[in-house]
Amino acid sequence: MNLAESPKLEDFGHDVWWIILIKVVGIFAFLVVMTLFTIWYERKVVGRMQHRPGPNRVGPIGLLQSLADGLKLAFKEDIMPKLADKAVFFIAPVISTVCAFTAFSIMPLGGMVSIFGERTPLQLTDLPVAVLLVLACGGLGIYGIVLGGWASGSTYPLLGGLRSAAQMISYEVAMGLSIVAVFMTAGSMSTSEIVAAQANGSQQEIFGSTVTLPGWYFLMLLPSFLIYFISAVGETNRAPFDLPEAESELVGGFHTEYSSLKFALFFLAEYINMVTVSALCTTLFLGGWRAPAPITTWWAGANEGWWPLLWFTVKVLILLFVFVWLRGTLPRLRYDQFMRFGWKVLVPINLVWILLVAGVRVAANADNTVRYAIYGGFAVLLVGIIMFWPAKKQVEPASIAPEKLPEGSFPIPPMDLVVPPSPRTKRIEHAAAAPSATPEQGE
Amino acid sequence: MSLSPYVPIVGLFALAAAFALFSVAAAPLTGPRRYNRAKLDAYECGIEPTPQAAGGGKFPVKFYLTAMLFIVFDIEIIFLYPWAVSFNALGLFGFVEMVLFIGTVFVAYAYVWRRGGLDWD
Amino acid sequence: MTVTDILLLALGAVAAGSALRVVTTTHIVRAGLWLVVALGAMAACYLVLTAELVAWVQVLIYVGAVVVLLLFATMLTRAPIGPSPELDRARFPAALIGLGSGGGLAALFIFGYRWGKAELAAPGTAGVLGKEIFSGWVLPFEVLSILLLAALVGAIVVSRGERS
Repeated sequence: MNLAESPKLEDFGHDVWWIILIKVVGIFAFLVVMTLFTIWYERKVVGRMQHRPGPNRVGPIGLLQSLADGLKLAFKEDIMPKLADKAVFFIAPVISTVCAFTAFSIMPLGGMVSIFGERTPLQLTDLPVAVLLVLACGGLGIYGIVLGGWASGSTYPLLGGLRSAAQMISYEVAMGLSIVAVFMTAGSMSTSEIVAAQANGSQQEIFGSTVTLPGWYFLMLLPSFLIYFISAVGETNRAPFDLPEAESELVGGFHTEYSSLKFALFFLAEYINMVTVSALCTTLFLGGWRAPAPITTWWAGANEGWWPLLWFTVKVLILLFVFVWLRGTLPRLRYDQFMRFGWKVLVPINLVWILLVAGVRVAANADNTVRYAIYGGFAVLLVGIIMFWPAKKQVEPASIAPEKLPEGSFPIPPMDLVVPPSPRTKRIEHAAAAPSATPEQGE
Repeated sequence: MSLSPYVPIVGLFALAAAFALFSVAAAPLTGPRRYNRAKLDAYECGIEPTPQAAGGGKFPVKFYLTAMLFIVFDIEIIFLYPWAVSFNALGLFGFVEMVLFIGTVFVAYAYVWRRGGLDWD
Repeated sequence: MTVTDILLLALGAVAAGSALRVVTTTHIVRAGLWLVVALGAMAACYLVLTAELVAWVQVLIYVGAVVVLLLFATMLTRAPIGPSPELDRARFPAALIGLGSGGGLAALFIFGYRWGKAELAAPGTAGVLGKEIFSGWVLPFEVLSILLLAALVGAIVVSRGERS
């Protein structure tokens, strides 16, 4: 594999202004096109899974459907609810969109290319702490949602916004912990260096014998990869974790009161976030823009020039397919199940996994006494986990007695609500009881 | 370190902000405007909207607890990152330090778990 | 004046201005928003001073977590849309305390450093900071975990206490 093509951290920040401009506009266009494509792709895939053709009217095989939908939204009435906080209502979709776009700025799309004779990395920019930028943008994106929900001056959006914020911060913890192992293995937080670190399999000493581990981290750090992907689904509010916009409970969640282009911006931000978490997943675990192994053995030039853009996009689209697949397959979780999963399953597994990875790495370089001490420690930990495994609590059956609610809570209808019989049923029963009598009118 | 790698980020930020602000500002101009009192009310599936609870209503204290837990774990994560990056240089000593740190935070976590702070009912 | 100076001055002005808005606005949630701006400007100041990791940590912890907690806390009690007139009181003593402590800190700094120049330390990358913290500052780091423990126990006690 050709490592010379891989950009170093020092290669960034030297671009001429017009190269920067081209790259900025290029990333912007890439994200907008990816969003339009992903919406179509999602509807098409879900359609196929449900034995429907999906959108197929606008443009060839319906490809222009999402563009048409977006244009239509622009010509819809822009409603400002009477009770809304006007300024915050206005600014919330802007926050969401800007954070979503900015997070993508450090994604490595390829190696060194030449644009009009200038040699430059196919990546907008890179920082020594690049991954933190993505996490920070994700954290700021919460504001768009919670403020949008609050500023609407309406009950459903408020509940949706708050739920969404609690959900995103819970899964941000799991996501933040899942990438620690990657930083440890790569020894860097810069995206381009993480991609470069996955180019070749590393030599690792396990139990005294030298093994060449495969380069892509999703094999070596499989638990991290799985936890990252699960928390990415939670972080982007996608099914089966799409509780903030649970239609059956909250109408549309935080954007219930939004219409027209403001709604379109929230929609755009959601899909860009999906693309971003998939792109970060590609970068951290799937070798980034590098071609998958069999291709590089047949074709040496697969990682040169503009080809990496293709591999990168294909990997992102495969991950997006998994997003859609999950949506097409799984029912939505209940809120308590969802939070329990995040805090009681993902977080402890993550912490134990980090210590395990760290311990194995230390043990590989240490003398025998230390090595046995670490393995002994793990054994003790394992026994401890088994001993203190929380026993399943006896769940008492749900009661229909009305809940005691504190003053000022939202009203809840009684659980044993009986639907009164419809006039038609009454009439039929009436007629059955007294066949000779004429049915009464207007009952 | 120079700030030059940040220039493109500021560029993308500015382009996104211009696009978003333009869209938000253009929305009232491109769409129709037909007044209807019910349309501007809070949407509640077509029924008369319930009057807003004073101060926007009260929320379960669980949300506060979740945010608190989030801060604690966020701080832990923030310490894990530089530790992970310089892990190879730190060696065994760094490993022991982190085991102690994670262990202590884990005690707090176990306490919250036992007190039912992680249960949503 | 170099570009760094100008950037620092501008960011400082943004931070101070938005901090002033935090305490003068009568919209409680908007005060939280202004706090985000002020803390963000602080993060940008760190960035200009080449403390890259600290800058992003500021964004992640303060902007992304602490202010979210504050917003939750206001929404738990009350976060009405529109101004809350009763928030706006006792301006004079507050201004006096604020000016006094701000002036005191400024005087302390000027007294401490005069107009001497301090060389910027090596850029605060993650590797450098990691080695510093985990070799030179072990005890504070371990004490911090106790602090976090105390914070969580406190949060549980406060939130459980309200229920009963």
